[in-house]
Parts: sequence; structure tokens; C-alpha cells
Amino acid sequence: MSTAVIPATLAPAIRPGRSLWQDAWARLRKNHLAVACGFVLIAVVLICFVGPRLSPWNPEVTNLALKASPPGTMETLADGSMAKHWFGTDTLGRDLLTRIMRGGQVSLMVGLVATSVALLIGVAYGATAGYLGGRTDAVMMRFVDVLYALPFMIFVILLTTMFGKSMLLMYMAIGAVEWLTMSRIVRAQVQGLARQEFVEAARSLGLSTAVILFRHIIPNVLGPVIVYATLTVPAVMLLEAALSFLGLGVQPPDSSWGTLIDDGATNMETSPWLLIYPAAFFSITLFCLNFAGDGLRDALDVRGGKD
Amino acid sequence: MSAVLDVKDLQVSFHTRNGVVRAVDRVSLKVGAGQTVGIVGESGSGKSVTCYSLLGLIPQPPGRIEGGTAMFGGLDLLKLSEKELQKVRGSRISMIFQDPMTSLNPYLKIGSQLVEPLRLHEGLDKAAAWKRGIAALKEVGIPEPTTRMEQYPHEFSGGMRQRVMIAMALITRPELLIADEPTTALDVTIQQQVLDLIKDLQKRLGIAVVFITHDLAVVHEVCDVVNVMYAGRLVESAAAADLFAHPRHAYTRALMRSIPALQKKGEPLYTIPGLPPDLSYLPSGCAFRARQTPGRQALCLIDRQPPLQEIAPGHWVQACPGCVEGGLPL
Amino acid sequence: MSDFLVIDNASVSFPGRGRAPANLAVDGVSLTLAKGEILGLVGESGCGKSTLSRAIMQLQPLTSGRIILEGQDLSLLDGRQLRAARLNFQMVFQDPYASLNPRLTIFSTLAEAIQARTGKLSGPACWTAVEKLLERVGLDPTAALKYPHEFSGGQRQRIAIARALGPEPRLLIADEPVSALDVSIQSQIINLLLKLSRELQLTMLFVSHDLSVVRYLADRTAVMHRGKIVELGETEALMAAPQHEYSKALLAAAPALRMRH
Repeated sequence: MSTAVIPATLAPAIRPGRSLWQDAWARLRKNHLAVACGFVLIAVVLICFVGPRLSPWNPEVTNLALKASPPGTMETLADGSMAKHWFGTDTLGRDLLTRIMRGGQVSLMVGLVATSVALLIGVAYGATAGYLGGRTDAVMMRFVDVLYALPFMIFVILLTTMFGKSMLLMYMAIGAVEWLTMSRIVRAQVQGLARQEFVEAARSLGLSTAVILFRHIIPNVLGPVIVYATLTVPAVMLLEAALSFLGLGVQPPDSSWGTLIDDGATNMETSPWLLIYPAAFFSITLFCLNFAGDGLRDALDVRGGKD
Repeated sequence: MSAVLDVKDLQVSFHTRNGVVRAVDRVSLKVGAGQTVGIVGESGSGKSVTCYSLLGLIPQPPGRIEGGTAMFGGLDLLKLSEKELQKVRGSRISMIFQDPMTSLNPYLKIGSQLVEPLRLHEGLDKAAAWKRGIAALKEVGIPEPTTRMEQYPHEFSGGMRQRVMIAMALITRPELLIADEPTTALDVTIQQQVLDLIKDLQKRLGIAVVFITHDLAVVHEVCDVVNVMYAGRLVESAAAADLFAHPRHAYTRALMRSIPALQKKGEPLYTIPGLPPDLSYLPSGCAFRARQTPGRQALCLIDRQPPLQEIAPGHWVQACPGCVEGGLPL
Repeated sequence: MSDFLVIDNASVSFPGRGRAPANLAVDGVSLTLAKGEILGLVGESGCGKSTLSRAIMQLQPLTSGRIILEGQDLSLLDGRQLRAARLNFQMVFQDPYASLNPRLTIFSTLAEAIQARTGKLSGPACWTAVEKLLERVGLDPTAALKYPHEFSGGQRQRIAIARALGPEPRLLIADEPVSALDVSIQSQIINLLLKLSRELQLTMLFVSHDLSVVRYLADRTAVMHRGKIVELGETEALMAAPQHEYSKALLAAAPALRMRH
């Protein structure tokens, strides 16, 4: 004998654990543009991380006989067979496609690691400050102000001289700067939410601060957070290029999309492909990231599908 | 009595992703000179959309005016271009909104907001406009109008702000004032003052007023003619005294019965069961059938929408045999 | 002990901005509620009635005074004890559009409220409990699978009431629960609150600016003005013959009441 008569049509849908994320995933799959962009992003990642292994070219070996040769140039390999430079070669005769793939590894990692660091710290910090309010908030935000005032370059130079040059450290350094803006955005949003009646209702249920933050507040700020995160990715990629230019980031013969575009820009008139191909990879990635981000934001908004 | 505003068969719908929402369906109403006409209904009944569409204030798209005419001083408001409407809005027809807290710009002085319509529509210079502004504040009973002109909205209480809004609406001496729930956001003691003020000014200046509200008590107090709307259509329209003495339609009667003040303590409150219908899937017959308890539900029309019928001089009611008390005259 | 809730000389003040003096929103209010009683608290916006209810809910610290629920002084509790004690008093808020988390299904919202008292429940047990709650407030069990935005204001308010009942409180504070609703829906909610308070023997503080609603619902009524209780009495008696000037003005102004004549 059961007191709860669950209608048969409902039974499969009644999964108490059916969370926001599961619902969001179902909605995201219906957004074809976002799904297509997601696939393109996966493809770009695969090309960058698997491609260099399949490529006949070593991106670090120069060939001064084939300096800045246009796309489609053939070259004889060590074993005597011929292979094509699909995207041409750079000013030192290195295969551009392979260099773009290798550079993509650096750029994508920067984008991922630095943005994740910024997201994690920024959201947790901003949400805590905004929710607790009062003196805690004042102290936490003054700390952010102080970090804002610190010149970024000096901060990174300090870090690199203290811990030596390491790519991971650079990613962290960039992330450690980008979270400042993220925390301010989140704090402003949370301040508005903390006064909402549903948050007071959650407090009245005796829920702990952590539960209120993670269950009731943060899911409601995801929209602007995702949008800002997709804006952060290109920002950190360009920051990496600037650092590399100063000799603090990737060092030749390594490359990143930022440094490739930089090189391409200087040789734009004589060898335009040096700019066009890396810029195309960079743009397509950012373009897809934006659409996928928008799709994710809409999918997380439970009202999105309705009206 | 000549009509200031004569709306005939107004039809407004919203085209959304979930289908067409028929917000206003063949609504006709007449506002005579110096008359106060009430439009009563619940949220979603179409009472606000009716008035907003007259002034071109509904977003188009998704909104669309599907048909009808709205004659105002020889002009059909529904056919005017946005530019022509701008000339009418705020000078010949004014509006007061529900929330006096958000309808004033917090960064501008009361005075400069108040005289804006004068400068815009009558081209007055600053000094002359300012003088008229002071007079307008005095007219709505704001003490020390000269100093008040220089203050900012946050220095005014809710009731005072609504007075400013009324002053602003009337400063160009419009022929028609549309008041959309002007007292709902105010405290009871202030409500009464604001109602009295509107009544008083209306009498003195001879303006026609359309009063949109969900509150029958307010309608009872200020209106000459009452239109009751339900699910985008008029269900009953009559002179106020007539309507309150002999409400004929089941919805009107149900609304009156559900006012808590009129009920005995200890008995369960009379309630209208259920919810208003979804306007994108209106039933084919009487829209009130599913919720109606005062009449005889079994007699309600189910195959076609009941038309409006004049059952007594000036008393129109939706001619649904189940809803109309005392049956329909043949 | 007959006094279920004792509010003893409670004051709440907000610091003034800049050089402005502190704003005493609640000024030495003392009230007692007997078990099962419905007390109406009437006043205009800004009179401090919402601040007082938030203070009773321990959402707003008192500047001075005490709030004693069933003999337990709530202000003396530490964080953990207070969180446990909170389950005994719940609130229904004014705005049904802001009081439900838009990103949680009704099931999640209600399950959270139930499990706040019971601790983690198994799936089927939790569903049974949610269904029972929904039934209690007159909603279909299918509502559990939807999100708040799929409901009208009146239905949301039913859900908000269900959530407040989730942890089986003994005191319910209803802060203007019907003032954002349409007339025809208002009476549905009032009937529901009255029915629930009888069935569950709830003690209720009903806060409203609408005298006609309070008259209908409350056993006793307190009139609040500028942070103070200016009059307190049996509802019928108070409405028939108000003593304080302010109560008289308030009663005279209510348009709905005059319609009877």
C-alpha cells in the first residue's frame, strides 16, 4: 500500500536528483548552433593536441632555403618522400600549420587554466563578499582594490624572478589578475540576490551559508559569469602574447597564437598567410566560444526555453 | 454628450513563440466629456493593454493591433504614426502610472521633470514654464511649491510623488487622463487623499478620465461608468450605480462577493475557483464557464463566444445564458 | 505556559546615513501570542511591521529586547542552535515572484524544506512528502516537476506556503501574503491560510496593510505606527470602536469598508 500514487507518465521524470545541470544539458542539446560550435571547439582542441604528432614537420627545425614560402609549397623530407606545407612556412622556413597547432596548445591552455583560476577565485570570493556584506565585504573588496592598483607587469616579473620561468606559473599569474574583475561582477550580482526573499527563505530553513551560496545564489549569477568568462578567454590569450613579447611568456622557438599573430602582423605585406592562418584559428575559436557560452547561459536559464 | 474617446472593436494580440495571445478582443468603450470611466479586471484581463495600445505604448512586435478604431477629437489614434502620437501623448492625453517610485527620474529636479511637457508641447521658455510648474504643484496640494520645485524625487514621500505625477499629467490641460492603478502602490490613508484629488481636479478642470484598476471599491468611489473585463473581453458595462446595484454577469457578481470586507468572519471566504484562462488557448464558448459558480454553469455557451447585449438602457452584458442573472430578455 | 511567543520590548534601529540620526524602525514593541492564535499586525508601509517580522524570524538582529518562542530566548542561541530552532518558525513572503528560487524545480524547493527538518530522505519517501505538501496547499502533484516561472502569482504563493510548512513549523509569519495578488485569488489564499492554521494548529502573525483581510482572519489585531504598537485588541472590538487616533484614521480611509453603507 502506497500513499503516493505516482502517475505512470510522471514516474520516469521523477528523479529527485534531477538537477539544474541535467535540465540545462537537455536544453543545450536543442540549441543546434551552440552544439555545432561545441563540436568545432573540440575539433580545434584535437587538431592542436593530436595534430603535431601526425605532422611530418618538426615545428622547431628551420629551413632557410624555404623562408616564407606560400601555402602549398612542397619539400623533400629526410626519407626522400615529398610533403606539402599546407599553410606555407614562416620567415625561418618552419611549417606554419604545425607551428599553429603547437601554438594552439599554449594558447588554449592559457585560456583554460587562467580562465578557470579566475572563475574559481572570482566567483567564490565575490559571492562570499557580496553575501556576507558589512565589514567582511568592505575588507575583502579593499583587498581587491589594492591588487587592482598593483601594476600587473611588475607583479608577473616578481613572480617569475621568485619562482623561475614556468608556463604553469604564468597561467596562474594571469588567472590571479583576471579574477579581480570577475569577483567585482559577482559581488554586485550577489548583493542584489542576497536581499531576495527566496534567499531569506533559505536562511529561515536554517541552511548553512555554504549551502545557500552554492545552491541558491551562485546558480543565479551564472548568466553574467559565463558571458564574462567567454570575454576573459581572448583577454588572457592576448595577455599571454604581450608577456611573451616582453620575454616573460613562451620563448622562441616555442610559439603561441598570440606570438604567431604578432609575427604575422610584421610580415603582413610580404607574406599575408603568416597573419591570416593563425588569426583565422584564433577568431574561429573565440567565435565558437562565444556562441557556446551564450548557448550555455540560455540553457542554464530555466525560463529560456519558454518565452 | 459628445464622446471624447470612442473605441470600437479594438483587437490587440501578442505573437509569441508559444502562439498568439489574444490580449484584447473586440473591446468597445466610450468616454464622454468630463466623465470618469473605469476599467476593472484582474491582471491579464487586458485592461492595461487596452489603454496602452491607444497611445502606441505596447511593444510592436510582439504586440499587434489587429483591428478597430479609436476616435479622439477626429483622429483615429490607431492609425497615427509614432510622430503624430507623440504630439498627442503628454499634451492632449496624459497618463499616470501605478508606481510613483519608479516613474520619476531620481537624478533630475522635480521642477525640471514637471515642466518638461510644457517645454516640449507648448514651447514655453524656462521662466514661464517654471511659473506654471509652481502653480501646478499648488493645484495638487503640495505645500511650499517654490522650494519643492528645486528638490529631488527622494525628498518626496510616495503620496507626494503621486501628486507630482498628477500635476505633471495635468499641466498641459489634457482632454483625457488615463490613470493606471494610480493608488495601488500607496498606503490606505494616502490612497483616499489621492482619489479625492483626482476627483476634485477632474470636476474643476472638466477632464475625461479612464481609470484602470483591479479594486472594485476604488471604482465604486470614483467612476461614473464601469467596464468589467475578463480574459481580454468586456463582460459587463454599465453606469456605476446601476452596476453595483444590479450586477448581471456572473463574473461581476463573483468579484463583488469575493471582497473580504463584505463577508462575515468565521465563514469561509467566497472564492472564485480556479484561474483565469490562458489567453493563447481560449475556450470556444464563454470564457468564465470553468470558474463560474454564481450562475448556472450548465447553461453557459460552449460553441461560440457570447456577444455583448444591451439588457437595460446603457447596461451591456455578455449574453451568456448561464452567466446573466435573471436570464436574457428575448 | 500559555504564552507561545513573547516579544519583549523589542527595538531595531538602522544607522543613519552620514550625519542623519539613527532610524528607529521598531521602537520598544511588546506583544504576546498564545498558541494557535492569529494575530493581525496592521500598519502602513514604513511603520516597521516588516522589520518586526524579520526580527522575529531572526533575519534582522534586534538592537535591544528579547524574542522568546516557547520559553526559549532566540537571541541567546549560537549559530548552530539557531539554525536548528529556525525550523519552528517560518515565513510566507509578500512577493511570490521573488520568494522562490527561479532555478530550482518545485520538487527541489520543497524537498529542501522538508529535509531541513527530517534530514536526508530516500527518493520515494521524499516524493511522498512533497506530494503530501502540495496536496495540502491545493496543488496537483505534477506541479513538482515544474519551475516557478510556469505558475501564476496565486499558485506561487501556494508553493511558498508549502515551503514554509515543509519543516513543520509551529509559528508562521505571513508578511503581506496576499497584497500582490488579484482579488479573486486573494480569497483563495486567505481561505487556505485559515484552513491550515486550524488543521495544523499553527500560531500565526499576519502582517498586512489591508484592514478588511485582517478583520476577516485575525483573532486579535495590533495597529503599528512609527515603530510602536499604538493599539491592540480583539479584532472585532478594535474595528468597531478604535481608540487611538491613528487606528481611527486608518479605518476611516479603507475604501472597501465604506462600501457596506
